[in-house]
Amino acid sequence: MEYLVASSVGLMTAAGVYLLLRGRTFTVVLGLTLLTYAINLFLVSTGRLATNQADILSETQSDYTDPLPQALVLTSIVISFAMTAIFLAMALRGFFESGDDEVNASDTEDVIARKRK
Amino acid sequence: MNHWIILPILLPAIVAPLLALAVRHDIVLARVFSVGTTTLLLMLGLYHLNIAGDGVTRTYALGGWPAPFGIVLVVDRLASLMLVLTAALGLCVQLYAINGWDKRGQHFHPLFQFQLMGINGAFLTGDLFNLFVFFEVLLIASYGLMVHGGGPDRIRAGLTYVTINLLGSTIFLLALGLIYSVTGTLNMADFATKVPDVASTDRAMLSAGGILLLIVFSLKAALFPLQFWLPGTYSQAPPPVAALFAIMTKVGAYAIIRVFSLAFGESAGPFAWLATPWLMSSAAITLAVGMTGVLAARSLSQQASFALLGSVGLLFIAIAAFTPQSISAALYYLIHSTIGIAALFLIIDLIIARRVGVGDTLTVSRRFSNQGLIASLFFIVAVAVAGIPPLSGFIGKLLILDSLRSIYGGYWLWGLILGTSLMAVIGFAASGSQVFWKSLSDVEPLRPIRKLPLVLPVVAIGIMIASLVLLTALAGPVNSYLDSTVEQIFNPQLYIDAVLLPATENMQ
Repeated sequence: MEYLVASSVGLMTAAGVYLLLRGRTFTVVLGLTLLTYAINLFLVSTGRLATNQADILSETQSDYTDPLPQALVLTSIVISFAMTAIFLAMALRGFFESGDDEVNASDTEDVIARKRK
Repeated sequence: MNHWIILPILLPAIVAPLLALAVRHDIVLARVFSVGTTTLLLMLGLYHLNIAGDGVTRTYALGGWPAPFGIVLVVDRLASLMLVLTAALGLCVQLYAINGWDKRGQHFHPLFQFQLMGINGAFLTGDLFNLFVFFEVLLIASYGLMVHGGGPDRIRAGLTYVTINLLGSTIFLLALGLIYSVTGTLNMADFATKVPDVASTDRAMLSAGGILLLIVFSLKAALFPLQFWLPGTYSQAPPPVAALFAIMTKVGAYAIIRVFSLAFGESAGPFAWLATPWLMSSAAITLAVGMTGVLAARSLSQQASFALLGSVGLLFIAIAAFTPQSISAALYYLIHSTIGIAALFLIIDLIIARRVGVGDTLTVSRRFSNQGLIASLFFIVAVAVAGIPPLSGFIGKLLILDSLRSIYGGYWLWGLILGTSLMAVIGFAASGSQVFWKSLSDVEPLRPIRKLPLVLPVVAIGIMIASLVLLTALAGPVNSYLDSTVEQIFNPQLYIDAVLLPATENMQ
């Protein structure tokens, strides 16, 4: 279980970082999404891994899973979803306004040259 | 419980959706509401500044849940000072923006209020995860403001800005996860009490968490080597938005002062001064990079962005020294540089609107309307930003130099600070003479396409210049207030007791 969770966090992070470093917005979006998946999985595991346990503490129950990381993950899922949506909207607008989906900002020289036109 | 504490967050949070839903078609009404709200925020900030003056740290437990189980908001001298600075800057920028920038795209005012809400929340919260949430609130609003008005170059710079900040958020969550798994808490005060007793097997994990936090906050503050996003973003953003963003780098500075003085300060045992060795060198390089950029810039907004970068470097040199005297100097310089750089961005916008065809590029061009007035405003603000007498930049720099006397290697830093000041002076002198002095006077002056408003923008910039003059004239009282602020910062037990004692009292 530990091995599975740890290696999937690692794999997703590696793939996410690789995609993030590509030069087109679509792969960057995919990379960011993979990274947030990895982080969410990591956050769940910060409350220690436990299976088949209730997430409450009671007098009859000695073992439990920590509910707080689950709440944190829920928040982080919502936020990262909204952020991905915003990023996609901006990437689309950038594509329609400039005609390509390259990530690199234009050189200052280009900007100045365009302003002069 | 003092319910006024939550109002700096609640007020913009209520007004912003109202602005977006109810009055989106009526720009005049939106302006009235938005400026009114920011004025109220300024008054709220002054109220908190006044009652925080007695040195008591006040807390507000959200929903009545006692810390460390619920989220607390904390107001002390530092937090209330930042609230006032944010609201004052916001008001000036807003007065400027209602000359037309708010009509160039949609939803300027709601986004502006959400931005203020996020910034205020980041200053008030006493919980690390809540700090993350407020960072996201201020970021998501800033994405909208950054691309306000549109245009391919701006959108593309905006994409870089969004990407780097999304990556920052990811690292932030990683740091929070590490911290939670070691200490089992995310409340800053509770976290601070648990740091010294962390088992030796978990130390590496907590150090990693602490350093990751430092990386995230440095990314917000644009410290070397995480500064690459700043010049491109700020020079492409609408100038009034860039002026508001002058406070955003200070959110990073505030978070570093707050978290690292509380949890990784003197009483942190094996983690004492975790950040210091990293901060000083990267601050020094940031200062050098920023001021070199001021010399090398090709346009005025680029120059202002690099000047902002340089001021962040100088600010962090003082923060990294982490003595009471240097933090006090850092806070003085923080107030000055926020207002100064913001005013510079606004003046640049006046120039861009009038130099038709050339914008703010540093080339010789024809004369433009109101050139004398704008030139004198630029001169005053450039003097302040470069840090030469008689304005507050000079006093701030002097205070920082004075506080570095006792630091190891302090005289190297003296050399660096004085050398980069000279570079800033030369850079601004060169750009000022390119834009204003060398303008071709024998040809017909440039005429703007439409009539440009002048009164309100100049009033907004005038208020900022006046506050810089006030900051200079009242340097004594301001400094004694900052000294007592620093006393609070260097006595983290006050903060910890204020947050955690009410909970133990309830249990008894």
